[in-house]
Amino acid sequence: MSDGNVAWILASTALVMLMVPGVGFFYAGMVRRKNAVNMIALSFISLIITVLLWIFYGYSVSFGNDISGIIGGLNYALLSGVKGEDLLFMMYQMMFAAVTIAILTSAIAERAKVSSFILLSALWLTFVYAPFAHWLWGGGWLAKLGALDFAGGMVVHISSGFAALAVAMTIGKRAGFEEYSIEPHSIPLTLIGAALLWFGWFGFNGGSALAANDVAINAVVVTNTSAAVAGFVWMVIGWIKGKPGSLGIVSGAIAGLAAITPAAGFVDVKGAIVIGLVAGIVCYLAMDFRIKKKIDESLDAWAIHGIGGLWGSVAVGILANPEVNGYAGLLFGNPQLLVSQLIAVASTTAYAFLVTLILAKAVDAAVGLRVSSQEEYVGLDLSQHEEVAYT
Amino acid sequence: MRRLPTREVVEMKMVVAVIRPEKLECVKKALEERGFVGMTVTEVKGRGEQKGIRLQFRGREVEVDLLQKTKVEVVVSDDAVDEVVEAIVSSARTGKFGDGRIFVIPVEKSVKIRTGEEEV
Repeated sequence: MSDGNVAWILASTALVMLMVPGVGFFYAGMVRRKNAVNMIALSFISLIITVLLWIFYGYSVSFGNDISGIIGGLNYALLSGVKGEDLLFMMYQMMFAAVTIAILTSAIAERAKVSSFILLSALWLTFVYAPFAHWLWGGGWLAKLGALDFAGGMVVHISSGFAALAVAMTIGKRAGFEEYSIEPHSIPLTLIGAALLWFGWFGFNGGSALAANDVAINAVVVTNTSAAVAGFVWMVIGWIKGKPGSLGIVSGAIAGLAAITPAAGFVDVKGAIVIGLVAGIVCYLAMDFRIKKKIDESLDAWAIHGIGGLWGSVAVGILANPEVNGYAGLLFGNPQLLVSQLIAVASTTAYAFLVTLILAKAVDAAVGLRVSSQEEYVGLDLSQHEEVAYT
Repeated sequence: MRRLPTREVVEMKMVVAVIRPEKLECVKKALEERGFVGMTVTEVKGRGEQKGIRLQFRGREVEVDLLQKTKVEVVVSDDAVDEVVEAIVSSARTGKFGDGRIFVIPVEKSVKIRTGEEEV
């Protein structure tokens, strides 16, 4: 790997790391002030737990010697034999895992015990994230099938989004969820989070080329395009319904970013416009559906990341342009890629939801996921951290 | 000396409600539906009769003393007080500790700043 490539992946690693607290800020603004510290803290806890587990065995079971296409071996446990460029790749991938767990905290907003979250996140990294990373990026069965996931539409977004739905269904609704409207306490904080996410996503998608090359350039351009298109769609929807709220605009942009993630190294700008446009619409409809069904997946990881990642992963099979990176989708004469993508999407969606449901129920039965009603009333900043966001 | 214009004498009361912050929208809606639009809303911290809430934090007992609340103040004529109180109680109640308190206070007079008009 050239010095330029190394420099770009080092920078991309830092960019993706910044997305972890970015998720924390994005979420913190959307909860009540008594839970703001907790939401940001959960993102840092996600990072800390991931760093430790990734070094001990997470990287190895994701990218180690293939075992039946399902999981990696323990040959890289404690990073034994991981040197140079592999060490850089390990660190870059570590940040992806951390972001994914941070996204999942949407499901437990304002009501989960920190200790239980730590246990759940450790189990989830082991039994959901690591297998997905192996299946698609570590030479596992979906990679062998020919499924493509450039930067994590399935590994990151489908996994966290559908897991969030399962966890939300297990932990139950926030107190008062159906009695009154639970309003965001700080839209500026959410906008800061969104800014960090959009910024970091250039490293998330651009860095996934694993080189400073034309594919990386394309990835950054289409990432920016899809975000803007989907953000514009939500702005228009806002205007149709009343006023274009900033919270909606940035949520739309995040939907566009999630959707372009699996496709960033395979589609051109025209494809990105289509992906962003459809993502804006389907993610909005998913959010609307969740609200109507009174599902308290509080901060819409399922609607934005889950559905966005699902659509983007399917879109790869339709819109992949061989001029970008050599892979052709349905519109470029290769229906087989769409078949592979559909199989991959169906299996990752089902696995993420069902396995997370089992893990969440197990943790709930063992130690309880939820704080007491009194602790929830006081707020998690005080009851979990003995801190307050604002004095 | 120039006297400010005055209106007829109307007995006025200030209804002060300290409620859960998340119940503010419900309370506003309930008051608006009954025709009471004007109000002053303040973010406050407070504690009630039970003083604080005792919780186990990190293996030791800690008292959470002051909790986040919202104060709603509405000035109405004397004959509307019961309706305002009923609207607030019905919309702010959850039935759990910490639902809040309502105080009714006499108001001597009110002056509209733009016109100098007095209500006594």
